[in-house]
Amino acid sequence: MEVLNEFLRTKGIYSLVMILFFLGVYGMVLSKNYMKKLMAMNVMQVAVIYFYLCFAQKEGGMVPILDGITNNPDAYINPLPHGLMLTAIVVSLGTTGVALALLMRIKEIYGSVEEVEVLRRASK
Amino acid sequence: MTILDCRPFLAVGVSFLAAILIAFSRRYPNVRESWSVIASFIKCGIILSMVPAVLDGNYYEWTLCQLTDTVGFTLRTDPAGMVFAVLASILWVLINFYSIGYMRCNKEKEQTGYFAAFAICMSAVMGIAMAENLLTFFLFYEMLTLASYPLVLHKRNEEALMASRKYLIYTLISGQLFLAGIVIVYCISGTMSFNAGGFLNTSMAPKWVLEVCFALLILAGSVKAAVMPLHGWLPAAMIAPTPVSALLHAVAVVKTGVFCVLRVIGFVFGPKLLAELGIVDVLAWAAAISIIVSSLIALRQDHLKRRLAFSTVGQLSYIVLGAALLTPLSIKGAYLHLVAHAVMKITLFMCAGLIIARTHRNNISELYGIGKKLPITMACFTIASLGVAGMPFLVGFVSKWNLALGALQAGKPLYVLVWVASALLAAAYLMPVCQMVYFRRDPQEHLREYGEVSYRMLIPICITTAMAIVLGVMPNIYPHFYQLATMAADAICVGWNGGWL
Amino acid sequence: MTQHTPVLIVLLPVSAALLCMLFSRIQKNLGSWIVIASIFGAFLSAVNVLQQVLAQGGQAVHYWMGNWQPPLGIEFVIDPLSGMLAVLATFISLLVSIYSRPFIKDEDWLHIGGYYTLFGLMTVGMCGMIITGDVFNLYVFLEVMSLSGYGLIALGGKKSMLAAFRYLLIGTIGASLYLLGIGYMYSMTGTLNMADMAVRAAAHLHSPLFALAVGCFIIGFGIKMALFPLHGWQPDAYTYAHPGAAGFIAGIMSKVPAYAMIRFLFYMFGVDNPVVSSALDVLGVLGVAGILIGSIMALAQFDFRRMLAYSSVAQIGYIAIGLAMGNMYGFIGAVLHIVNHAFMKCALFLVIGGIQYRFGEVNLYRLGGMNKKMAISSITVTFAALSMIGIPPTAGFFSKWYLLLGAYTGAQYFYIAVLVISSLLNAIYFFRILEQMFIQREASLTEVHKHKGKLGLPVEMVIPILITGVGIVVLGFYSVDIVTGIIKLGLPEVFLR
Repeated sequence: MEVLNEFLRTKGIYSLVMILFFLGVYGMVLSKNYMKKLMAMNVMQVAVIYFYLCFAQKEGGMVPILDGITNNPDAYINPLPHGLMLTAIVVSLGTTGVALALLMRIKEIYGSVEEVEVLRRASK
Repeated sequence: MTILDCRPFLAVGVSFLAAILIAFSRRYPNVRESWSVIASFIKCGIILSMVPAVLDGNYYEWTLCQLTDTVGFTLRTDPAGMVFAVLASILWVLINFYSIGYMRCNKEKEQTGYFAAFAICMSAVMGIAMAENLLTFFLFYEMLTLASYPLVLHKRNEEALMASRKYLIYTLISGQLFLAGIVIVYCISGTMSFNAGGFLNTSMAPKWVLEVCFALLILAGSVKAAVMPLHGWLPAAMIAPTPVSALLHAVAVVKTGVFCVLRVIGFVFGPKLLAELGIVDVLAWAAAISIIVSSLIALRQDHLKRRLAFSTVGQLSYIVLGAALLTPLSIKGAYLHLVAHAVMKITLFMCAGLIIARTHRNNISELYGIGKKLPITMACFTIASLGVAGMPFLVGFVSKWNLALGALQAGKPLYVLVWVASALLAAAYLMPVCQMVYFRRDPQEHLREYGEVSYRMLIPICITTAMAIVLGVMPNIYPHFYQLATMAADAICVGWNGGWL
Repeated sequence: MTQHTPVLIVLLPVSAALLCMLFSRIQKNLGSWIVIASIFGAFLSAVNVLQQVLAQGGQAVHYWMGNWQPPLGIEFVIDPLSGMLAVLATFISLLVSIYSRPFIKDEDWLHIGGYYTLFGLMTVGMCGMIITGDVFNLYVFLEVMSLSGYGLIALGGKKSMLAAFRYLLIGTIGASLYLLGIGYMYSMTGTLNMADMAVRAAAHLHSPLFALAVGCFIIGFGIKMALFPLHGWQPDAYTYAHPGAAGFIAGIMSKVPAYAMIRFLFYMFGVDNPVVSSALDVLGVLGVAGILIGSIMALAQFDFRRMLAYSSVAQIGYIAIGLAMGNMYGFIGAVLHIVNHAFMKCALFLVIGGIQYRFGEVNLYRLGGMNKKMAISSITVTFAALSMIGIPPTAGFFSKWYLLLGAYTGAQYFYIAVLVISSLLNAIYFFRILEQMFIQREASLTEVHKHKGKLGLPVEMVIPILITGVGIVVLGFYSVDIVTGIIKLGLPEVFLR
């Protein structure tokens, strides 16, 4: 029990993030619908973002705004991963946008976003 | 003494330039062919101008650029290379006239590509003859493979396609193995420059590495030299136009192969190391077997060019065997036979080409009585045949004498028997042709039509026949092949007498 | 003045690409010319920076964005290697951007502007990835490159949509893994600057987290560079990419992640620690498998472009085994092969693009008589093919030579056999094409774009084809200058000890 508690306390959240990440990959590989693949891709990207936010977290840390109380950096949580993740969110938004545009064209051309159907028509 | 001079590169470059000019003057046959002729004369002049200094023991050397961080793109004229370079450049002049005559006579297509590829082949041959290190050698070696590929493919039909594929498969595989061999040589010795007497020794690597390396390097040479069982491509490649067979498959390509064997044995490993390794005996046996077997196969060929091709396979193995015996005299004989066989075989092929051009007959069994119609051609054919069989006062005798002495010097008199047997066999497969030509009457004489006499074809044949006789009587006449061969053999075998005496 | 040239490599194309649509609206060709001019400017600045680096004897040039000093700010680092690759990328980009104009000349402003916007952004992404000194910045540029790459692939026509979408899915996995990897590295070292990370990572080189990060980098970049068995996206993407841009995509897009991987493994972590050296072993195995399977798959193709795509899988394998050797010669061979292969593949894709432009034909068994119709292109294919096989004095031989040396000095004799076999397989599938082009009877092809002149193609297309074709031979003769003058100046520290 001790060990489990210890594990959950230190690594539990990372394990969850990893599970989320690989759920995403699993969905992308195995789902038969392109739209679902795209959604799984978003899940995967969100997992990476969670991962950054988790390791940036610090117990007892404040919001990193300098308000004159203290100059000690230990008192604040690390703002950099959050900043990075803002960029990553933008990137993932862009990726999703491009993917949606492509999906729309695929739907136009093949009349479907089901993998089996699209591949059947593409091979004609 | 080393003389820094760019003439070796000029000799290589002139035919390369000619190839480009030829490609650009495809519309004007006369201009195109005169480029080829001019280039051949210039090349011959450049090469001959270097002979006197080389005879005095000097080297011309020039590095154009660096190929890799440690290896230069360097050409150097040593006596061994000069033998080959002089030979090939003189014969190119002759074959040039011959091929103009032949191509026009047969109204062949794609002549521009033909002359351009031919010129590039000659560049490559010069480069091979004068390469200073293994990498430069390999560069020209692959260039020759590629430039001769379109020549084999000249007829553009299914048979030519198969022959050219076969040719490429043989030569490219062996080329890549050669490359692997060079890498090993470079890594164990840190150098690649040819050095008379060899630059490898047993302290550099374990014996098995040296043996593997030798096998890789020799394999490439043996494929081009068509040592059995690696000869498959040569008879197939006889589909090429006759001048190509004459120059490339009797002089340039196959001679490159034996030259490669001689370079590897004499200038990379050296006789001393090879005698220690013992692997060279395998090569000697392969060569001896291939001399006998190819002669036997030649007996059964009815197609004239194929019979000559198998004869070539046997004759080339003489040279390989000479090199593999590792004695001063046998190596000298090998260099001399390189010259002798070239002169004789080019004559035979040119005669065969002329017969084809004039009578359109390929098979020996169809050549009844053409001796009367083509008296000069057939006379030359007969003389060259006798030369191949090794008759005294012809060029073939000088080299065979030295080879036989070399076998005795090596303490392996059994090999003398091989030479005797092969001389008899050569007579057996070439003399029936002469008999057919002179003493059999054509049953359909009145139906035959003969093409016109082409002096462009006839005169080169007469010249090479004259060379065969003159070099047989006076082997050391200008350009001093005999002396060059002696110098090369002595340099390789300095401090080494064959290990037997 | 010259102190700001490093940033121009990225800044010029990015501003031109973003303004391209606007100018295209005004006049439909204006945007494209501005992008081409900006890529030319980037090329000149890259050359200038490389000259600065070489003049300093290989000392890297650092540029601090906005004068924020590292490790806080983002810096661009141009060492001899990245300078060379920046020159290469901008040069190929310049050639292809000129080359692809005839393909879209007749389209409306939206297409032209869109195409060149994507093209410019892709150049930006590549150059940025090459010269940046910040790991997160590299991620951003990686995504810029990938996103515009998806767009350029999707422009190729009907079938390309699917190829682009699948590439997008797989590519995003790669990018996310890379992001995960830098997450691990950041949480260990607390920095994003490459040089700083290299120093701080030294203390963590044995932790399991580090191994995880290296694994993420290998898989992430492996996907992006189409390393076997992660190459699934690549044949479709190269085959259906816009024929004008295929030369750029195939030539450079897979090389830049390869370089990024070199950056991480050789320059930041060093190959002398157990984690990285076992990663290199894996890379070697994958490389060998890629060489053999890629070549064999290439043999089975009828579509010229798909054959080239599989051949790329094999060629990436060359780079991988060069790195896997972990010694100086192998490294030189791998880097040289990045340059050479970029030229060869670009040349081949430019030619097939030209054939597609004029005849709409990509089946390699229908190229008979091409030597008469398109002489210059056929000669270029010959050079490129010889280079792929590795015949001296073309460029491909020299990278193979250093790889062979590396294999022997590293006592990895198996690689020698693999390289020899691969050359022969290359010979089979390239001589098949040469035979078609030069020997076979003329195929009856209908001309999509009629062209009468001697060149066989519009002059904007012929010149890039010619330059790449001649470049292959020139690179061969100058390979020694590249090796001693550039690569050896910028060798990773591991090899200098």
